[in-house]
Amino acid sequence: MEKKQYSVEAIENGTVIDHIPAGKGLAILRQFKLLHYGSAVTVGFNLPSKTQGSKDIIKISGVTLDDAAANRLALFAPEAVVNTIDRFQVVDKRHLTMPDEIRAVFRCPNSNCASLSEPVQSRFYVKKQHGQTRLKCHYCEKTFSRDSVTEA
Amino acid sequence: MANLLYRQNVISVSDLTTEQLELLLDTALKLKASPRDDLLAGKLIGSCFFEPSTRTRLSFETAVQRLGGKVIGFSDGANTSAKKGETLADTARIISSYTDAIIQRHPKDGAARITAEFSSVPVINAGDGTNQHPSQTLLDLVTIYETQGRLNQLKIAMCGDLKYGRTVHSLCQALKRWGCEFAFVSPPSLAMPEYITEELDEAGCRHQVFSSLEEAAQWADILYMTRVQRERFDEQEFAKIQGKFNLNAAMLAGAKPNLRVLHPLPRVDEIHPDVDATPYAYYFEQATNGVYARMAMLSLVLNEEV
Ligand SMILES: [Zn+2]
Repeated sequence: MEKKQYSVEAIENGTVIDHIPAGKGLAILRQFKLLHYGSAVTVGFNLPSKTQGSKDIIKISGVTLDDAAANRLALFAPEAVVNTIDRFQVVDKRHLTMPDEIRAVFRCPNSNCASLSEPVQSRFYVKKQHGQTRLKCHYCEKTFSRDSVTEA
Repeated sequence: MANLLYRQNVISVSDLTTEQLELLLDTALKLKASPRDDLLAGKLIGSCFFEPSTRTRLSFETAVQRLGGKVIGFSDGANTSAKKGETLADTARIISSYTDAIIQRHPKDGAARITAEFSSVPVINAGDGTNQHPSQTLLDLVTIYETQGRLNQLKIAMCGDLKYGRTVHSLCQALKRWGCEFAFVSPPSLAMPEYITEELDEAGCRHQVFSSLEEAAQWADILYMTRVQRERFDEQEFAKIQGKFNLNAAMLAGAKPNLRVLHPLPRVDEIHPDVDATPYAYYFEQATNGVYARMAMLSLVLNEEV
């Protein structure tokens, strides 16, 4: 019997974030602090994909992402699919939808924003403008491109 | 029935519904026509100015006292506990336990919204950083309504520093609800930001750029002047634009009779004193309306019925 070759190790329990556009995997790893769970994380970059040409994939053992976390991913990679794995089986497959609001994830890039020095969670409203994702700070009411917020 | 602003915060023009704005406007004009000195009787208002702004503070404090209320507070953040590192959140908890409402001016963007989250009493934003200054916008609206008898479908020309001018941004954001048309006159480097023109597009409001102030003055119902600050240019650049954005009486020759010239004041040389004597000048009345706009905010927030 021919043994199937996986380029990324299969996991017994946890989450597989699949169909990440190639090149965004590292940013997602960092932005979502996926290494902070302390669990084993395996990643694959530039893997061949039937639908995308090439893709990145992230597997996190023993961690399930809640809907809010999954939706935050949509900001970076709306095409990504979040699979929950139990005993090597996919038990839940979530396609992502862009959230209306993102809390407690990013710092406001406006250095004069009062939210930076107060005991509040950051809060942005997600807007689509001319095909671009923009984030409007709930506090300072300034609007930013997705990239300027995620790098802040 | 309780009014739409009772026990509400007034943080940002974009939070206010059109009904709330109209109620504020009506109330301001009502209080101007028949003054009331009882609407804040027995009320104590916190006037918290974390940065100095004498004009705005005096205008608010006048409003409180004319309505029969009392004021406590400070006029400069330099000597407050904020300077020692106390958060706004804590200051808001404490001051709101003493008072019936808080008027706050703060150098940081979004400060008013944070104070409102931790305050147990209504918060009125008297300016937060470069963000919002709703009482200024309201007094502009009151003045425009007073001079034109309506807000819908007016032709509004704005001139000067349209890039950094918070007042013109907020005014656009407010007036777009009534389908006004806009014209902008400014040095190219101080043009109206794209996020504002995009909002006007979304609201279906037409806008254009005029190259001269004369052209704008002939077209407009309202000509809203702001100051072009010399500091924003090097000497050579400033020499090129100098005087182009300053209004004098001769420039108003072809204006419509209902044209009114507004300016958030203080002016330097962007409006020549010879405009003062023309029937078009309305900037001093505009400043007076500031007190009525602030009276309207305070009395609606603190009274079920006004
Ligand atoms: Zn902000």
